[in-house]
Amino acid sequence: MAREVDLSQYSFAGADAPALTDLRTLDSADKRRLLMAGVDVEESHRSGSFLHMDHGNAHCRSNHPGVEILDIKDALKKYDLSDYYWKLIDKDKDAYTKAAAENLHGGYFVRVKAGAKIEEPLQSCLFIKGEKVGQSVHNIVIVEEGAELHMITGCAVSRETQHGAHLGISEFYVKKDAKLTFTMIHNWGESVDVRPRSAGWVEEGGVYQNNYVLMKPVKDLQMYPTITLAGRGARARFNSVIVAPKGSYINSGSRVIMDAPDTRAEIIARTITTGGVIIAPGHIQANAVPARGHLECKGLILGKGVIHAIPELEGTLEGVELSHEAAVGKIAQEEIEYLMARGLDEEQATSTIVRGFLNVDIMGLPQALKDVIEETIAESEKDMF
Amino acid sequence: MLHIDDLHVSIGDKEVLKGINLKIEEGETFILFGPNGGGKTTLLMTLMGFSNYTVTKGRITFRGQDITHAPTYERARLGIGMSFQRPPTIHGLKTGHLVRMCAQEKPVDVEDLAARVNMTDFLERDVNAGFSGGEIKRSELLQLMAQGPGLVLFDEPESGVDLENMKLIGKTVRKLLDGDLEPKPGQSMKEQKSRRRTAGLIITHTGYILEYLNADRGQVMYGGHLCCEARPRDILEHVEQYGYQECVRCLSNGGKH
Repeated sequence: MAREVDLSQYSFAGADAPALTDLRTLDSADKRRLLMAGVDVEESHRSGSFLHMDHGNAHCRSNHPGVEILDIKDALKKYDLSDYYWKLIDKDKDAYTKAAAENLHGGYFVRVKAGAKIEEPLQSCLFIKGEKVGQSVHNIVIVEEGAELHMITGCAVSRETQHGAHLGISEFYVKKDAKLTFTMIHNWGESVDVRPRSAGWVEEGGVYQNNYVLMKPVKDLQMYPTITLAGRGARARFNSVIVAPKGSYINSGSRVIMDAPDTRAEIIARTITTGGVIIAPGHIQANAVPARGHLECKGLILGKGVIHAIPELEGTLEGVELSHEAAVGKIAQEEIEYLMARGLDEEQATSTIVRGFLNVDIMGLPQALKDVIEETIAESEKDMF
Repeated sequence: MLHIDDLHVSIGDKEVLKGINLKIEEGETFILFGPNGGGKTTLLMTLMGFSNYTVTKGRITFRGQDITHAPTYERARLGIGMSFQRPPTIHGLKTGHLVRMCAQEKPVDVEDLAARVNMTDFLERDVNAGFSGGEIKRSELLQLMAQGPGLVLFDEPESGVDLENMKLIGKTVRKLLDGDLEPKPGQSMKEQKSRRRTAGLIITHTGYILEYLNADRGQVMYGGHLCCEARPRDILEHVEQYGYQECVRCLSNGGKH
């Protein structure tokens, strides 16, 4: 099930693009690719921006005194990050973490000051424009005590890019009573291999929410971000909306380890295949009580394709409360006919039901973020049937 | 308005309707009685054109058009509306959004319609998700009010509904069929009434709905046949007293009452 990507076919050196200082300078096709990854090229209503292209230097801008954004390379020079850098992920975990450790092109370092509640989202954009470029980034996000941050990260390849690989190490630190909403929208291509490696650490009373949207083709993507709820009352929630067209091979899961009492975990995945393969694992492990976790994985097969849902619940103490709900099927004929009885033709009925299935209201996002995701879904839906 | 000629319908291999003839004129309310399994719901589902109901013989015309094999949405757009007894839940679709879609291109004040059936708080909820019996009926009525059909098919308006809701539902069904009857300057209520155009085909077991409606005609559906045409209240009284046994006897005499 775990497929390997041959990294030797990609070049991890030499594509030193100049710093991308203004997204508006990109051509309209690339702008559009970024838009579909949730990136606001005008950078309006953003508390800050991080832009990184190929192997180049990053452009960082903070519009808020409570947020610090640096290229990870600069952050490593400026600060002692030994408590944060490669702390949650093992360098030797697999070939991709090794390659990422050997080839550090950049990545963002984001720190929100204690108590700072950042209203507008911070946006990050990781972009591959060169052909056969292997891009390797390392990201660190630290939300200090009592602080709040919404981050949108859009990853995309240029329209000109046929082949590419993206390796991304991400480490998230949510301190006491802090809150991080991390929304990732991917817009890769039919010949792009993707291996994110993410982990997070949530302290007492902290909240980590991860939203993931993948509506566009990708050749091979595999990830399994793991969040550890380390402090009392910490919470984690993963929401994923994934569509796999023909040719996509997606193995995307989420894992929450509940190591403290009064913790809560939710993993919710909505997957649709229109010809591709989706492996959707999910794992909640509870090692403290009381702990409540729920895992929900629903899949629709529209026409052809494979959906393989693997929900795992692991309690190691008496008193844990874990549950799951998984279903793989098709759109119920009864629902289509119900809407047709109201005057919708079959296509309208089908797309209405699919829209409902992919509804992102469950993510509980602020309006601006919700709009971005809904636009992405509405746009992508045109290619879906 | 609706003409059904010698309609035979099968579900799978089983013939459920065995030669139905029925005419419903514009503005007329027709009540369908009969025991469970007699074919009442099958008739409604067939009129709406659902996929499991195969017409093996006969013809359905509506507003002069042969709709025997027309797709469901075409029937809806022609003016047939249906209230479902057990509609499916559609996750992620807001009730308010569906109501707007029911109106097709017509302008519609969803808030105002919702207020009339006490559904204001449900507009932001997913369609039928966790709705009680009464809430389902009110939601169905709300959708029908937006759709504005010329013929309403109503499968058991009273099922699963408490007494308080029954009153609201009964009155709303009446308004849907009669239009709003209020004293208006320049037009007598009698004139308004003569202009009512919505017809109804209503299935009832208990007959509670008859307390709210001016039902014109009624018939009993038994074993896939229609029989015993009479005034709906008379049929109800008769069935309450004698059950449907009399229909069996009647059918064995060729269905003539």
